[in-house]
Amino acid sequence: MTHPKPPLFLEREPYRRRRLTDGARFLPLLGFVLILLPALWTHGNQTGTAAEAIYLFGLWIFLIVVAALISRPLRSIQDQGEGAGPRGPASPDRAALRGDAPE
Amino acid sequence: MTLNILIPAALGYVVFLFVIASLAERRAERLRAAGSAPRFLRSPLVYTLSLSVYCTAWTFYGAVGYATRSGLEYLTIYMGPTLIFVGWWGLLRKLVRIGKAQRVTSIADLISARYGKSNLIGVIVTLLAVAATTPYIALQLQSIALSFGAFAQDQSLAPRQLAMWVAAGLAVFTILFGTRNLDANEQHHGVVTAIAVEAVVKLVALLSVGVWVVWGWADGPTDIMARIAAADRPEWRVEPARWMGITFLAGVAILTLPRMFQVMVVENADERHVSVASWAFPLYLMAMSLFVLPIAVAGMAMLPEGANPDLYVLTLPHALGQNGLAMLAFLGGFSAATSMVIIASIALATMMSNHIVVPIWLAQRQRGLPAPVKNLGDMRGLVLNARRLSIAIILGLGYLYFEVSGGSRALASIGLISFAGMAQALPVLLGALFWRGASRVGAIGGLLTGATVWLYALFLPSFGPGVVLGADLMAHGPLNIAWLRPHALFGVEGLDPLLHALFWSLSLNALVFITGSLVSFPGPLERVLSAQFVNAFDPTRDDDMQGARGWSREASENEAEDLLAMAQRILGANEAQQFFHAQARMQGREGFLPDITPDFLDRLERELAGSVGAATAHAMITQIVGRRRVTVADLMAVASETAQIMEHSAQLEAKSEELARTARQLRDANEMLQKLSVQKDSFLSQISHELRTPMTSIRAFSEILMDEDITPGELTRYARIIHDESIRLTRLLDDLLDLSVLENGQVNLDLELSTLNDLLERALMASNSVRPERFFVVQRIGPDDGIALNTDVGRLTQVFINVLSNARKYCDAEAPVLRISVRQRRGEVTVDFIDNGSGIPKKSQGLIFEKFARLTDTHKAGGAGLGLAICREIMHNLGGNIAYLPGQGGAAFRVTFPAALRQTSKAAE
Repeated sequence: MTHPKPPLFLEREPYRRRRLTDGARFLPLLGFVLILLPALWTHGNQTGTAAEAIYLFGLWIFLIVVAALISRPLRSIQDQGEGAGPRGPASPDRAALRGDAPE
Repeated sequence: MTLNILIPAALGYVVFLFVIASLAERRAERLRAAGSAPRFLRSPLVYTLSLSVYCTAWTFYGAVGYATRSGLEYLTIYMGPTLIFVGWWGLLRKLVRIGKAQRVTSIADLISARYGKSNLIGVIVTLLAVAATTPYIALQLQSIALSFGAFAQDQSLAPRQLAMWVAAGLAVFTILFGTRNLDANEQHHGVVTAIAVEAVVKLVALLSVGVWVVWGWADGPTDIMARIAAADRPEWRVEPARWMGITFLAGVAILTLPRMFQVMVVENADERHVSVASWAFPLYLMAMSLFVLPIAVAGMAMLPEGANPDLYVLTLPHALGQNGLAMLAFLGGFSAATSMVIIASIALATMMSNHIVVPIWLAQRQRGLPAPVKNLGDMRGLVLNARRLSIAIILGLGYLYFEVSGGSRALASIGLISFAGMAQALPVLLGALFWRGASRVGAIGGLLTGATVWLYALFLPSFGPGVVLGADLMAHGPLNIAWLRPHALFGVEGLDPLLHALFWSLSLNALVFITGSLVSFPGPLERVLSAQFVNAFDPTRDDDMQGARGWSREASENEAEDLLAMAQRILGANEAQQFFHAQARMQGREGFLPDITPDFLDRLERELAGSVGAATAHAMITQIVGRRRVTVADLMAVASETAQIMEHSAQLEAKSEELARTARQLRDANEMLQKLSVQKDSFLSQISHELRTPMTSIRAFSEILMDEDITPGELTRYARIIHDESIRLTRLLDDLLDLSVLENGQVNLDLELSTLNDLLERALMASNSVRPERFFVVQRIGPDDGIALNTDVGRLTQVFINVLSNARKYCDAEAPVLRISVRQRRGEVTVDFIDNGSGIPKKSQGLIFEKFARLTDTHKAGGAGLGLAICREIMHNLGGNIAYLPGQGGAAFRVTFPAALRQTSKAAE
């Protein structure tokens, strides 16, 4: 009775794809921190609204471009993931209900 | 410009929308009839544009006013959704996936479906949504009324009357296109297309005003940046707390606002569109907010002090004589407001009809009639009418709010209050998607807590002191309890009222939700659903879920007919029959009545849920099939089925392993038996041979003796030979007898006290007689002399002699050395006899203790080959053992035995 377990180590290509997914998850956090920056600058009172506006729109364009770049490969990852993609690890509570069913 | 132009323009625009919507609707119908999907109508572009319903009149007019009052803070409202879309659209996609799988019709439906199809939760979320959205709809009405007013300052115009007409007109439009049919997928092609067109109109309008401001009024981007810098005000300074709080709130709102849920999840045609929207929607938001600040600065510079900044977009071109642009801006604002009102009222009407009106109606029918199913009537008409009524009610409420609040407050604050209200659904929604432990009790508690705090701390005070909450209560708290002041709950003072309410409502909401979930125990249906929701993206789980349906497996009676009758009333006769027919065929049956399997009930329930919501669909099926709802026992059955299969296979595995082991043992035993049989044969032939040799010589010599002519000398000689041979024969027989006695354990042991030293001396002396011509060096190792023995000394000596004689006989070394090493450990004595000969080959080591086993020629050995066999039996009888010790550089035997033999244990055998 052997289980096709998800491999612990992946080849280069799947590894890249996983890191891309991680990057997408990380992007909003990065964006949030960067959006908060003007709130921190205010204490110095150095920058004016105009400069802040330029910064924020620049940041906005950066986020949009990154999102556009990663959206296509990410979509294909998700499409694959539904078919024959690598299996994710079973969550513990789920495993408790179904046990470790034989294949 | 006068109302004479404005009103026809607005009406013309509405007619244009009508045409677009009905064309789209017809085209979708035609394509559906032709069997293909409406591809353009359902493209990622249209999907993204329809998401722009996020940008309402609040954005179109209010953002400029917001920027005029607070600088860049307006950006947070668009950056929050941007963050969600650029990275976490996996979350949105999960929502869409679940929405499609469960045929979700609204956010209230999704949440109530996840928590055990509880209609109570649906009602709570619906009421919350109505409470939160009403001000927002009022906001749209207000902005339309204001925009009319801005053009018609010289004419006497009642804004309230105008707002009422607008509300009525929108209600008619929404009813016409939002409730045309009761679609199983709850999708409105016409409306979505109209919304997408409106998205383009409002974007173009705002961009036009912006471009005109930057390149017409100012001298390009550099100039406008300089003007912004010049116009910088102290109020524009970024407030860190609000900055962060509103970014968060806007990010939450994009997930929970009913109208966003409607366009994002319910109207979604293809899950993959979400990935395009991940960058296209932020792009749209950015374009919408790009020129807000320039317009605000231009308005501040050009318009009189008292002008309403919320209307700069409109009044600025108007005041500067750009009438065409002003008209475009007016239409943009009009389309922003109408699109929001249409979608929001459709979403809310769906919730209200599915969770409030239809359940109440059902309950009344049930109470009135004993057989509810037969007398349901046409549900479709009922549901559609309920929606129409709900749309009218919602727009009426919006108008009422506008009327009560006086239509005077800034647009932004109303919008944020609405956001904060819907944000109360966030903990429950996230719990629904990611936490299997989230339970109905927790969800109800969390929602009620959050909604109460929001109402008390933000919504009701928003009417101003003295309107709903008394001024005294606002200032000192109820019953003068300072800790319960609406704007300073639990002593948290000085915080912005929005952040204060947001903080307390969301944290108390989450606290109650989590605690309630932790302490409660969800029902079986809820547990099935929680697994379906949380694992929506895990394809490997699908197979396991086959058994875990929402219905029990109990055998069915003639319920299929009732179910068909009911389904016909909701889905329409044709669709319902088709569905039943297809299901029956899937089960391999003819006709229209499939078996009522849990699987079928599940599918039917989802089909119905697409029209009337999960909770209602579940309730209606329950009415017919009665107590067939899934129970904990069913769940356990599913779980134990898999467990049993596993256990069985594990048992089989163990059994087959055991069988293999047994087979191996049997094979070994068989080999052993064969070997023994061969041995027995050879034993018999050996023994015959051994007996025959002396017998032959005895017979031969006795024949000689029978001759007369024999000398006395010969007589003596032959008689001795005969005697010797008979002695040898006797010894052989003695040995055999001895062996047999020993093997049967019938030997009498004669215990004596002695020392090992004595024994070895005696054995060495006795064995010297064997091949006396050879000289052996004997090395003695170990404290042999000190070991006292209480055992059968005679027998033990016999063993030693045998071993020593063998060594003398077979050791083939030039200068033979015999090492005798003695050890004693815990009453066990070990004596090793090691010589320096070539030893015994490995393949023979197992044989040497067998009877008649001789490695060399019989004559050379001069024995019957029983010696070691006897030794082994003796040692067993003495409670010890004799074994060959390989790898010692020669033949080596190890004799182990207890120093004191316990007679009792031996005698007992």
